[in-house]
Amino acid sequence: MSARTTPRTMYDKIWDAHLVDEQEDGTCLLYIDRHLVHEVTSPQAFEGLRMTGRKVHAPGNTLAVADHNVPTAGRANGIDDPESKLQVETLEKNAAEFGVEYLPMLDIRQGIVHIVGPEQGFTLPGTTIVCGDSHTSTHGAFGALAHGIGTSEVEHVLATQTLIQSKAKNMRVTVNGQLPPHVTAKDIILAIIGEIGTAGGTGYVIEFAGEAIRSLSMEGRMTVCNMTIEGGARAGLIAPDEKTYEYLKGRPRAPQGEMWEKAVDYWRSLPSDEGAHFDKEVVLDAASLPPIVTWGTSPENVVSIEGAVPDPAKIADEAKRTAIERALKYMGLEPNTKMTDIKLDRVFIGSCTNGRIEDIREVAKIAKGRKVAAHVNAMVVPGSGLVKEQAEQEGLDKILIEAGFDWREPGCSMCLAMNADKLAPGERCASTSNRNFEGRQGRGGRTHLVSPEMAAAAAIAGHFVDVRKFS
Amino acid sequence: MDKFKKLEGVAAPMPLINIDTDMIIPKQFLKTIKRTGLGKNLFDEMRYKDDGSEVEDFVLNKPAYRNAEILVAGDNFGCGSSREHAPWALLDFGIRCIISTSFADIFYNNCFKNGILPIRLPQEDVDKLMDDAERGANARLTVDLEAQEIRGPDGGVIKFDIDPFRKHCLMEGLDDVGLTLQKKSAIETFEAKRAEEQPWL
Repeated sequence: MSARTTPRTMYDKIWDAHLVDEQEDGTCLLYIDRHLVHEVTSPQAFEGLRMTGRKVHAPGNTLAVADHNVPTAGRANGIDDPESKLQVETLEKNAAEFGVEYLPMLDIRQGIVHIVGPEQGFTLPGTTIVCGDSHTSTHGAFGALAHGIGTSEVEHVLATQTLIQSKAKNMRVTVNGQLPPHVTAKDIILAIIGEIGTAGGTGYVIEFAGEAIRSLSMEGRMTVCNMTIEGGARAGLIAPDEKTYEYLKGRPRAPQGEMWEKAVDYWRSLPSDEGAHFDKEVVLDAASLPPIVTWGTSPENVVSIEGAVPDPAKIADEAKRTAIERALKYMGLEPNTKMTDIKLDRVFIGSCTNGRIEDIREVAKIAKGRKVAAHVNAMVVPGSGLVKEQAEQEGLDKILIEAGFDWREPGCSMCLAMNADKLAPGERCASTSNRNFEGRQGRGGRTHLVSPEMAAAAAIAGHFVDVRKFS
Repeated sequence: MDKFKKLEGVAAPMPLINIDTDMIIPKQFLKTIKRTGLGKNLFDEMRYKDDGSEVEDFVLNKPAYRNAEILVAGDNFGCGSSREHAPWALLDFGIRCIISTSFADIFYNNCFKNGILPIRLPQEDVDKLMDDAERGANARLTVDLEAQEIRGPDGGVIKFDIDPFRKHCLMEGLDDVGLTLQKKSAIETFEAKRAEEQPWL
């Protein structure tokens, strides 16, 4: 068969290895190895199972944790909001009824589902991973085919451990060279989204490659893959390597002993073959990247920290001009304002994009011995209980609290403001999260996406600053 | 799921690009544990003022479009989160068909699971339908899934493409889970092979 001799991409390989059935019209049934479940997108799926008398097909490959609604302060007292409380309790009840492991809110392992998966070794190379959450693309950092699904598909995976899919196209984004100091994984992915646009990846799975990607830590790779969805792609992938294996070895749900050796052998066969065909190629140079800030209400609205708010009068395309005008009105920004002149009210550090230990370390480095500007309210929300514990063991919490940051308990928090953490109308926030949509962090709230270092420097200066000059 | 065969209704124009799922249904309405009742909060932040009263010039608040069943929208409709609450809210409001040049992947999938037909068309066709939709209640479109065509108020016909399996499921109102469970033996065969080849999973 030519399929065995034709060079294949990593996506092709994982796809082929999970194909259960292919209909004549090209519709495929793909096996799902790992299913993460959270409280917001699962209640209707479990209800569907109950109504049809169906069971969870592979409860052992399903892991549930509440993250979107959980409070990030005073957690021991429970959840105040009755709707949030009901949703979290419903997940706990459903997990028990259907035999799925559930990490309770007060468990040290609780956290944002996309931080918990890798931490527990639930996320493994070569697997297919889904969750009713678009940022499931995060797990692609391990060379897993991972993407978000809707609630009907959550029900489908619970009942059958498969998903009806048609194959996406292959795109490769190569980031050559080395990042300059203080330019991070977050700046890489924001630059890529700026380059391809929020619909540029629609219909594709993106493989990230190149020296700059290889040089990133696993956590940096997760940041890149996390925001693949913001470029419209179904999933992002990075080939597993020694860093991947080192990260996973010894994790609670990673294979052990002889099984570990066997697994690593298999994982080494995953990277794209030499000469594999990509339908689209994008190339970026890491060395020329600056720290990036978004100015508008779409993640593609990026600009260098040295740049300024765009002037819609200079945009020829009518739809684009209208969108920019609308965004600037919402954001309360004048055309041509220098980014460093934009004053902030709030700073949010956390989320599945940038809520891991390395992110908090970078923030603490900048915060050490300094103070958050008097007019700024800044919060740091660790991505999981284990991240929080690690940070506290390193004394990072003390540095942050001393500098005037609010040190919180883990969850999605103000990335999407489903819990009590939200912006008031008109408040402007530097955020390490992934979306700057209208109302995302609270009705009328204004979000600028940045790296953790840029957010920390902005918290201290009270406005955006070029972190390269700040430190 | 209701079958989708032919739909004749008013089309509302939303020429904005990148209409995201946070716009379609803001997160405060995701706390429900039901699928129904979200229609009143569709496009909540664009549709209502802070005091809860209606924004008069928002398209779905205009008398001609209050019963719209079709949306004609700008590029990249439904980008953002995977929340199926977005199609649930559209459906609950009464929207059964969305026409755009492109859709975000997850949203596009979610539509089919709920009997909503998303139609991708070239820019010039979307522009034409957007013009038709601007004409308010006079702008009734007929979307014929079987024939894969949209008939405009002036008798113009626009053809569209759709995946044949998705078309079949939509026309018959089929339940995906039921269909897949018919392939249970293929799934079990796969699992046996997987247990042998990747025993660590």
